Amino acid sequence: MEHLIIAPILIPAFAGMLLLLEVRERQRLRRLTGLLATLALIPVALGLWQQAASGDIGVYQLGDWRAPFGIVLVLDRLSALMVLLTAVLALPALIYGSRGDDRRGANFHALFQLQLMGINGAFLTGDLFNLFVFFEVLLIASYGLALHGRGPARVKGGIHYVVLNLIGSALFLVALGLAYGTTGTLNMADFAVKVSELEGNSLDLARLSGLLMWVVFGLKAALFPLYFWLPATYANATAPVAALFAIMTKVGIYAIARVYGLAFSGGALAGLGRDPLWILALITLGLAAVGVLGARRLGELVAYLLVMSVGTLVAGLAWSSPAAFGAMLYYLIHSTLVCGGLFLLADLVSRGRGELADRLEAGPSPVGRGVLGALFFAGAIAVVGLPPLSGFIGKVALMQAVPAPVYWLLLLGGGLIALIGLSRAGSTLFWRATGDGEERSLDGPRLAATVALLATTPALAIWGEPVLEACLAVAGQWAQPGLYIDAVLGAGESAL
Amino acid sequence: MEVMLALIIATLIGCGVYLTLRARTFPVILGITLLSYGVNLFVFVSGRLSLNQVPVVGMSENASDPLPQALVLTAIVIGFAMTAFLVVLALRGQGEMKSDHVDGGSDGEDG
Repeated sequence: MEHLIIAPILIPAFAGMLLLLEVRERQRLRRLTGLLATLALIPVALGLWQQAASGDIGVYQLGDWRAPFGIVLVLDRLSALMVLLTAVLALPALIYGSRGDDRRGANFHALFQLQLMGINGAFLTGDLFNLFVFFEVLLIASYGLALHGRGPARVKGGIHYVVLNLIGSALFLVALGLAYGTTGTLNMADFAVKVSELEGNSLDLARLSGLLMWVVFGLKAALFPLYFWLPATYANATAPVAALFAIMTKVGIYAIARVYGLAFSGGALAGLGRDPLWILALITLGLAAVGVLGARRLGELVAYLLVMSVGTLVAGLAWSSPAAFGAMLYYLIHSTLVCGGLFLLADLVSRGRGELADRLEAGPSPVGRGVLGALFFAGAIAVVGLPPLSGFIGKVALMQAVPAPVYWLLLLGGGLIALIGLSRAGSTLFWRATGDGEERSLDGPRLAATVALLATTPALAIWGEPVLEACLAVAGQWAQPGLYIDAVLGAGESAL
Repeated sequence: MEVMLALIIATLIGCGVYLTLRARTFPVILGITLLSYGVNLFVFVSGRLSLNQVPVVGMSENASDPLPQALVLTAIVIGFAMTAFLVVLALRGQGEMKSDHVDGGSDGEDG
């Protein structure tokens, strides 16, 4: 099954094209196509994970062009894990979106599929320029999705988001130009070999290229000082879109892990940018806690919780020991799914509150107050990191792996502040409710999608040990870039 | 030729950055366009400068590097699509916010 590697890119690509051809606005057909394509990603991603879990690194040479010259897709444990996480997040988000949010603008389903294609492509590619192309694919789809629906706030947040990302793309191209100019290759494995042999001026240029890439990935990951676009964009986006976007910051984190753990892993540039990354991650963590306290809407609050998780994760990444990386991956799975679920929950709460929507002011009670309140309670416990849910396990694992007092202080202090922010939000929304809202019953599939995402946190806690072990196995492979390089360049040799 | 190209790229990027920092959407779009021109030239130059060389081995004494040309073509296409999208977005912003200020502010203030 060597061709399975390209399936996570081809399935959404074809589904997206088919959806674009369907011009007669037959919503049921569109929904069915989108849902089937997204559902199909789950078995494919599981199959890929099985392949990767054995420890083999799968290399797929597109068009059978030999490895350092042609473009390769590479499946190691890290990419397989990220593709699986994307599939698991995307299905509930799309189910939620298929209950009416997809009618609020044109081509929701096509954009959703193209977005999935871009995300999966970015996780699978083994080529720096191809990474840029997949970034652009996921970005242009995300521009459309972020603006899905109407409203001045959305357009305003959208303009900032688009302009910032266009500047990010320009910087990425400069970095790629420098990378190609100094090493003559853009294949990550080949680049890693070439860059470790550089000297003198070329070495400085390669360092510049690496640092420019950190800026770009930092922007994607929403790292201080480049996170200010995130709360405005995410809090204003339609709920299923915001839920899917929970994985977008992780694309940035993945790119940092990949490029920093592989392409710049050897020679004089090893550990490039690690110290600033550590400091910036800690600042992000601290400032996001302030944002959580200052949030005036539930969506904004969740967006800041997402930024907080980015700070937590990048700090674990910058520590760059396999143990810290493994713990970080566990926390990454947990925070992506829980934040996605909380975005959906915020939308459920805002329905039936009329004009107030998800603003944190006392108002009419949300529909199904008991159920939503219980879900909010569970989600809050998970995201803050209290026992017995997965956030607790993730934070303990991270703290064990990263024995730095500053980090402990910020992580625990941030957790406390998030707890205060969430308690305040919860008591305002659910306890200080004045009278009943307009809408009378909760929508079944919407509730099911939200529950499905939030239910991953007890599951991650119950199967905590096997998941954490799998994450540590991923980290073990990530810490040995030699394996990846040998696999890619070996595949090129054997094709001769 | 090196100096001239470097100056051209520097001018394009400098003007692009200045315009991108303006407060109205139109200059910002022009700025992004100039920025992407400068960046495209930069990527093109990463294959080294050469005159009268064909990017095919054996057609001239030394072959020039074809890869940056392919890369820059991709970058131009993507940049063009993004600019077109940004123009549409700016028009919609103008329609919905009744202002072409990037923060949707009133027409009185200027940056």
